Amino acid sequence: MPERILIHPVTRIEGHAKISIWVNDAGGVESAQFHVTEFRGFEKICEGRPLHEMPGLMARVCGICPVSHVLASSKAGDALLGVEVPPAAVKQRRLATFAQVLQSHALSFFHLSSPDLLLGMDAEIDKRNIFGVIEADPGFARRGIRLRQFGQRVLELVGGKRIHPGWSVPGGVQTAVTAAVRDEIGAWIPEALESMTIALGRMKSVMDSFREEIEHIGNFPSLFLGTVTHDGALEYYDGVIRIVDAEGNTVADGLDPLRYPTYLAEASEEWSFMKFPFYKPLGYPGGQYRVGPLARLNVATSAGTPRADRELREFKHRSKGAVCESFHYHLARLIEMLHSVERIEEIVADPELLSEDVRTKAMPNRREGIGSCEAPRGTLFHHYFVDADGLIRKANLLIATAQNNLAMNHAVEQTAKHFVLPAQLREGMLNRVEAAIRCYDPCLSCSTHAVGQMPLIIEVRSRSGELLDRVEKG
Amino acid sequence: MDRVTKKPRLATVWLGGCSGCHMSFLDLDERLIDLAARVEMCASPLTDLKDFPEADITLVEGAIANQEHLESIHEIRKRTKILVSLGDCAVTGNVTAMRNAFGVDDVLNRAYKELAAVIVGIPSGNGVVPRLLARVRPVHEVVKVDYYLTGCPPSADAIHECVMALLDGREPVGEVKRFG
Repeated sequence: MPERILIHPVTRIEGHAKISIWVNDAGGVESAQFHVTEFRGFEKICEGRPLHEMPGLMARVCGICPVSHVLASSKAGDALLGVEVPPAAVKQRRLATFAQVLQSHALSFFHLSSPDLLLGMDAEIDKRNIFGVIEADPGFARRGIRLRQFGQRVLELVGGKRIHPGWSVPGGVQTAVTAAVRDEIGAWIPEALESMTIALGRMKSVMDSFREEIEHIGNFPSLFLGTVTHDGALEYYDGVIRIVDAEGNTVADGLDPLRYPTYLAEASEEWSFMKFPFYKPLGYPGGQYRVGPLARLNVATSAGTPRADRELREFKHRSKGAVCESFHYHLARLIEMLHSVERIEEIVADPELLSEDVRTKAMPNRREGIGSCEAPRGTLFHHYFVDADGLIRKANLLIATAQNNLAMNHAVEQTAKHFVLPAQLREGMLNRVEAAIRCYDPCLSCSTHAVGQMPLIIEVRSRSGELLDRVEKG
Repeated sequence: MDRVTKKPRLATVWLGGCSGCHMSFLDLDERLIDLAARVEMCASPLTDLKDFPEADITLVEGAIANQEHLESIHEIRKRTKILVSLGDCAVTGNVTAMRNAFGVDDVLNRAYKELAAVIVGIPSGNGVVPRLLARVRPVHEVVKVDYYLTGCPPSADAIHECVMALLDGREPVGEVKRFG
């Protein structure tokens, strides 16, 4: 009997990772681990850099959600300058936040996960990708591509560049929005709303065929953490932290994101480059919590826009307490996309967006600054210390995806225990284990696997590392 | 040329980088659908050495930062007719190479010791996660590169022009045979 099944690489996720499934003496799945294999060391390499350079540098943490890093970094910079940001700059940053949620979620849903959802978990491996979806349903695929394009186009128009826009800086933003830009963004809204209605309808219509997956792919109680407004509505740019438990009870509310080190901390393990954040009062690893779309919808009492509020009410009816099924990250992501389109429409209708007063200039006035916002994958924190000249002395980043690390490991293990029969391995079983990871849309890095055939190697190794068996697909 | 579809084979791989270059590739938007009709996409998770396909054109994002990247890039070069360094990390090392100013241990200790409240272990290349190289290097320092697409990231238009020109058998417009 093999002792360890290694899924290497995990495909159709944004980055490189492996999964180990450990097999016990009885031939069943004993446990599983999710390993992230990338590391670049941003917390060290920024030392000595001027604080005004940080948003541009920190964008490079991630090519999928650079705007979240730009904004958390800009907000930490605002705090270091000790200034108030002009209202028009805040509106631009909010606009970029929603554009980013839209494009990033579109990538996750259409380019990466829709092959499982529309073609099936056991579909032919060489068709189970975005090009397979294009072939099967070109109209639907094109809508997905254009939703992502809309988000990216907004970032290009507002931030000057689709990827790594450096327009947001400590104290505000560098350029004003023109009427022509506002009008072009506005012209996209009707198509985007229509596409979201179609996508939501499609998702709900296929959910019945995934009952077993919904029940067993990462369905477990946990805490959920996210940002809300002071009256509890969905919020991404500036708010307070709320934590609820699996029953939906509020565990903590009104937490100041600037005080995150008092309630969140991280652990290191040798088998993954991704750290393991936990909720301090419950310790490690008991302080497991989830962030991102599912968590945000679980902690928010309302969405604040009419269409998304209707969807949110329906969503909350799926459970008496919090919605705990990881599979519902997909639906939550679509609701957040709809909400983003509504918010973009709202912001471009606001005349103040066009104000040319967009930046407050100052020298550094503080030695420590923290910036926080909701990135597509969850709550993000940037924490900087500078010297008297504004050069970075120390930085800490608490990344959204990492906060789901414990939960992803939990989900992988639960899914493997239910679906994987080590003695009769089939590729579809392992695809379900990978699908558990795809629910969380981890941003480990890239979409290499989104385009084209995805080879998969399954290696069975002994604990000493000796190769016992190898299956190649694709 | 793909044996079944008779179309040229295009691969994209990612080494030490942020995925921004791949996002810029996806920014081809609806042109992706046209491209898919013209080429056989055979992108591969780069750590599957034996599975990296025979490719006519391979776009490589990212620098050579760890042991797996180093092993992969040699295999990729062997199996690829035209290799393109896609974006500044592949071309110069860029942000990924900023850690060269520090030692590997300093960078790892900062992340996994100083900033962790609980330390069960330090991921430093125990077999499951790859060992970091002492020095991050651009792709052309390790294998021969045929074309360079600069930018952080290169624009979708630049990527489109380069790929289309190579498919048409002509030289891409712009400074792509060298950089700097």
